[in-house]
Amino acid sequence: MQILIQGGRVIDPAHHVDQVADLFIAGGKIAGLGQSPAGFTPKQVIHAQGHIVCPGLIDLCARLREPGQEHKATIASETRAAAAGGITTLVCPPDTDPPIDEPAVIEWIRRRTKAAGQARVLTLGALTHRLRGERLAEMAALKEAGCIGVSDGGRPIANSRVLRRALEYAATFDLTVFLTPLDAELGHGLAHEGAVATRMGLPGIPAAAETGVIARDLELVRDLGVRVHFGRLSSARSVELIARARAEGLPVSADVSVHHLHLTEMDLVGFDSRCHVQPPLRGLRDKDALRAGLVSGALSAICSDHQPHESDAQQAPFGDTEPGISGLDTLLALSLRLVRDGLLPLTTVIERLTCGPAHILGRDLGHLGIGAMADVCVFDPEAEALLEPCNMRSRGQNSPFIGWALPGRVMHTFLEGRIVYQREG
Amino acid sequence: MTGTHIQLDPQGRLRHFLTIEGLTHRHLTDILDTAESLRGVAERRVKKLPTLHGKTIVNLFFEASTRTRTTFELAAKRLSADVLTLNIATSSAVKGESLLDTLRNIEAMQCDMFVVRHQQSGAAEFMARHVKPHIAVLNAGDGRHAHPTQAMLDVFTIRRHKPDFPNLRVAIVGDILHSRVARSLIHALSILGTGDIRVIAPRTLLPAQVENLGVRVFHRMAEGLCDVDVVVMLRLQRERMEGALLPSEQEFFQQYGLTEERLALAHPDAIVMHPAPINRGVEIDSRVADGPHSVILEQVTNGIAVRMAIMSITLGHHARSAGEEA
Repeated sequence: MQILIQGGRVIDPAHHVDQVADLFIAGGKIAGLGQSPAGFTPKQVIHAQGHIVCPGLIDLCARLREPGQEHKATIASETRAAAAGGITTLVCPPDTDPPIDEPAVIEWIRRRTKAAGQARVLTLGALTHRLRGERLAEMAALKEAGCIGVSDGGRPIANSRVLRRALEYAATFDLTVFLTPLDAELGHGLAHEGAVATRMGLPGIPAAAETGVIARDLELVRDLGVRVHFGRLSSARSVELIARARAEGLPVSADVSVHHLHLTEMDLVGFDSRCHVQPPLRGLRDKDALRAGLVSGALSAICSDHQPHESDAQQAPFGDTEPGISGLDTLLALSLRLVRDGLLPLTTVIERLTCGPAHILGRDLGHLGIGAMADVCVFDPEAEALLEPCNMRSRGQNSPFIGWALPGRVMHTFLEGRIVYQREG
Repeated sequence: MTGTHIQLDPQGRLRHFLTIEGLTHRHLTDILDTAESLRGVAERRVKKLPTLHGKTIVNLFFEASTRTRTTFELAAKRLSADVLTLNIATSSAVKGESLLDTLRNIEAMQCDMFVVRHQQSGAAEFMARHVKPHIAVLNAGDGRHAHPTQAMLDVFTIRRHKPDFPNLRVAIVGDILHSRVARSLIHALSILGTGDIRVIAPRTLLPAQVENLGVRVFHRMAEGLCDVDVVVMLRLQRERMEGALLPSEQEFFQQYGLTEERLALAHPDAIVMHPAPINRGVEIDSRVADGPHSVILEQVTNGIAVRMAIMSITLGHHARSAGEEA
């Protein structure tokens, strides 16, 4: 089907495009920009005047809760939320139940995703069997089955020997390793170790629980030359470590969750369990450093770290609640808020949501070049709305941003040239 | 900071009692003055006031406790309330019932006040946010966060001996890291304008940036105890040795135990306090615990009057006037 997206401001950071132009889609691919390809007769014309047309967003970390926790959410419910949020590619970490440590699980997720038809779901295989951090997972088989990398699935490998071997083995099959930098022992706690945790009597997680592990892992990368991506940094010092390693040419990258760009330890005051996240929200200085890391390029991607919960999961005293924020609905809006507040240029934000993560994945996604997959997001940057539970599409409504005025309204989302979301009314 | 909005009504009166933080000097002196007027009740032949007659108070203890639970029970009974104590550590929570369900079930029994102890910081505040509006919640200890009634009985005891808070030096010694008693006491002493609040502990038992609470930090008893008027010893839990926070009880006692020799560094009239139960020979020597400076048992007695005061105030009956009627 041929579609014309007319008169929008096209931002395609991969090709340094930022201009008002028509975008032509044919056969699920980008067919042209500005000038109509020969013989193009659109079946559908999308009027995008005043709107921004950019590649569909790529979210490096989204828990879809399926298989295993269907009472929280499903692939169908969360891919629908993704489409409504302008996200066309989701990366699913391996900590499902059962974990993604055998090809059958990858195949099962692929079938469910295809049936839903709302977004592309890429899977990360487990680094170790059952994610236990003891024996290696069958990474070669996982790769053949289609996983795009391997990961500790948010359960850091405590044993350095196992980790080193896992990295070596992954490198053998040219797999990027996605790590969650948190020391298994120092990471026991509920809040950033500091004045707020002290006042609230919450067990603290020092920044060194993250930086210590990153420093060790960087040394392993230096020895082995394996590609490592660090997910969800939380501290200023971590950004420094990554920036230095990248300057030295180590094959490493890192992302940050969008909530760490907006919230700090102060948001825990009143024991707000919606702000219970892992890694913990840290200080103001850390938040500023994470934002600066996005500007400088030390951090290559913004992700939602989506973790939908049923309401019971967070209806308990702080320490008894399950960590995590439902983030698919707010990934674009919270990122745009950084632009609105003058902290980041719009093109940088879009880069960190599209070709930045695509580059980490090593996939030909996240750009609007001729012949590229027509994953496109069209949004109105001027619209602003209060976030309310009733307008969240995710099954999980656990968000501390409820009540925030958020900019940006997704008008259309295209997945491989097909409309998967369009705003009504 | 935490909880102020929820424990006060729009007029700024206490409707729950969850934490000392955010209360005013007036709130604290009201409680202390009320407790003072109630202290005599225990000496009467009939140890009862009709203040809370017809009210039902439920003690919800998710964590083991003897002293706090019994003094809360006695306080409620002396105010003529009906009291029910549930040790949930050994009942339904074990069967997997959520805190909210426990709360709803007991609420359905038409009670007026919950006294809550729970192992999680913020549990009392969580309950206060979810109870029906007519029910008051008293925090009897939540995780490491707060133990406000203990702090009030501590400052009550201090005030009876040493009422001049601005010129007072207080040292709190031991496991500050895990202590809700220490946190609440530091807030209460600050609000009352205490001139010098010190904590003495090894670094492993001090929470990060504890000085932000308004205390001076000492690592050696010889320096920290110098000229203090009040020494508050904290209980040391045995499991701290397993958590690699301390090498042994012996070394802790050697470095931080309160002995007669160490107490001699303090002001000659210094009082020695402890929230109890005490570990003799671990944090305090028996000769000090039982000695002339010790007011440890007085704290227990005062605990009843202070809890009576807090119960009456939060349930909206000013006990002073009730006391005059009786």
